[in-house]
Amino acid sequence: MNEANTAAYDVVALRRDFPILSRQVHGRPLVYLDNAASAQKPKAVIDAMTNFLTTEYANVHRGVHYLSGVATERYEEARRRIQRFLNAAHEEEIVYTKGGTEAINLVASSFLSPRIEPGDEIVLSIMEHHANIVPWHFLRERQGAVLKWVDVSDLGELDPADIARAITPRTKLVAISHMSNVLGTATDLREIVRLAHERGVPVLADGCQGAVHGNVDVQALDVDFYAITGHKLYGPTGIGALYGKRAHLKTMRPYQGGGEMIREVTRDRVTYADAPMRFEAGTPAITETVGLAAALDYVETIGRDRIARHEMELCRAATRKLKEMNGVRIYGEAADKGPIISFEAIGIHAHDLATILDREGVAVRGGHHCAQPLMERFNVAGTARASFALYNTMDEVDALVAAVGEARKVFG
Amino acid sequence: MDQNLRELYQEIILDHSRHPRHFGALADANHIAEGHNPLCGDRVKVYLQVDADNRITDVSFEGRGCAISVASASLMTDLLKGRSIAESEHLMGGFLQLVKGEDAPDLPPDDREQLEVMAGVSAFPMRVKCATLAWHAMKSALDSGSVAKTQ
Repeated sequence: MNEANTAAYDVVALRRDFPILSRQVHGRPLVYLDNAASAQKPKAVIDAMTNFLTTEYANVHRGVHYLSGVATERYEEARRRIQRFLNAAHEEEIVYTKGGTEAINLVASSFLSPRIEPGDEIVLSIMEHHANIVPWHFLRERQGAVLKWVDVSDLGELDPADIARAITPRTKLVAISHMSNVLGTATDLREIVRLAHERGVPVLADGCQGAVHGNVDVQALDVDFYAITGHKLYGPTGIGALYGKRAHLKTMRPYQGGGEMIREVTRDRVTYADAPMRFEAGTPAITETVGLAAALDYVETIGRDRIARHEMELCRAATRKLKEMNGVRIYGEAADKGPIISFEAIGIHAHDLATILDREGVAVRGGHHCAQPLMERFNVAGTARASFALYNTMDEVDALVAAVGEARKVFG
Repeated sequence: MDQNLRELYQEIILDHSRHPRHFGALADANHIAEGHNPLCGDRVKVYLQVDADNRITDVSFEGRGCAISVASASLMTDLLKGRSIAESEHLMGGFLQLVKGEDAPDLPPDDREQLEVMAGVSAFPMRVKCATLAWHAMKSALDSGSVAKTQ
């Protein structure tokens, strides 16, 4: 553990790393609590991208000229950075994607689709994000796959045994969130993978939230696929990654066709590059990989455990204070959860609440959070969601609670 | 609380949202359409009964949504009953101007006064769609002919 990791958590100093946090909204200090949608960017990321564009930019894996070599080296360095972040065994197990959505679509299209016969099953939980639902619906519509939904408890907990029970000889994949973007529930991914593997079924985890709020070790988890996105990890938009076990990636057909993913193209045949290049057609988001690598450096210099502890302190305080108010209902109180609170001020629609909070400078998300089956499960049209990041403070928790109080006054 | 917010959530709007007028299905409606805002999941279904003279003899709505969309739908039903189709479309045109923060000089003063309570939404561009949802559903109900249903 380095020196930074043992020092006190200095949130005031960390906030200075994020230029946007000093701005005002509607004449009030910005209280940014929409981090589960996208996190703000530290200067380290902004600078890394600016510097790369200023001094090192060129296309990758193409030219023989100097800058092409430099840019390629930075691009592949970033891949190794992601490999370390997830503790993947091999760098070629990291496939760059636009984000979590593309990572999951890639698995649906290149891994699962060729393995699906009509009636084959995909097991998923009711609390998945649409990104981990709609690609499977494609396979249902086009190939007759069957989606098998696993429910959560009223607290939002997912029992791995329920996943195991949903698996049949027809099950071809378990697709499961590592952390719910609505309820905050942290799933017991290791146990889910163990149970699925016992039954011979591979597991894809949507790690878009899970990778932000704790350590991820894909080898220890033994998970087959793990999808992450950069912009929730304090990095830029337009870049994410799919971790896939090498043995799987080797068997997978190409995703998109184009430059960089081929070995040889003639007039009447084409051969493909090995993974991961096989899945990376076209000029990639080069600068964004450099930005994402800087973001991962930034997060790990602070320490993922320390960030998670800080965020959960805020989350617990906010949950307690919101529950103390009259007429506030919390959705998602799993024993093991991340710093995401969905709540409803009874009698106030989530969008009205979010509008009033916004005028107080408090940015939260209101709506269905791209998780409509979950909203239906809890019989609610939408919720407000406050989600915490490494730079949030206890004062901001109080600002949130005070703003909900203001909304209560408006609606009487 | 800031002035814009006070104007948006003024008492008459809150009253309409808590006690929406003409709420529920209309058994003998001959024009029906549904409005859906996929961003927030809000839905509103508008029922119209239009007679042979192209006059709206009865109107109702049902659905779920935020205070703005429910109040706007409720206010709309108050205004539409007894109007001709041409008048209804004219009202809608004026309403769309008001919620975008424009003047609506062509509206009769009485209608304008009633619709102006929704003008506060113009300070909240992200919420204008909530206010217009029911009106667009009304328009597509009129456009779709008898007992058609559109999304």
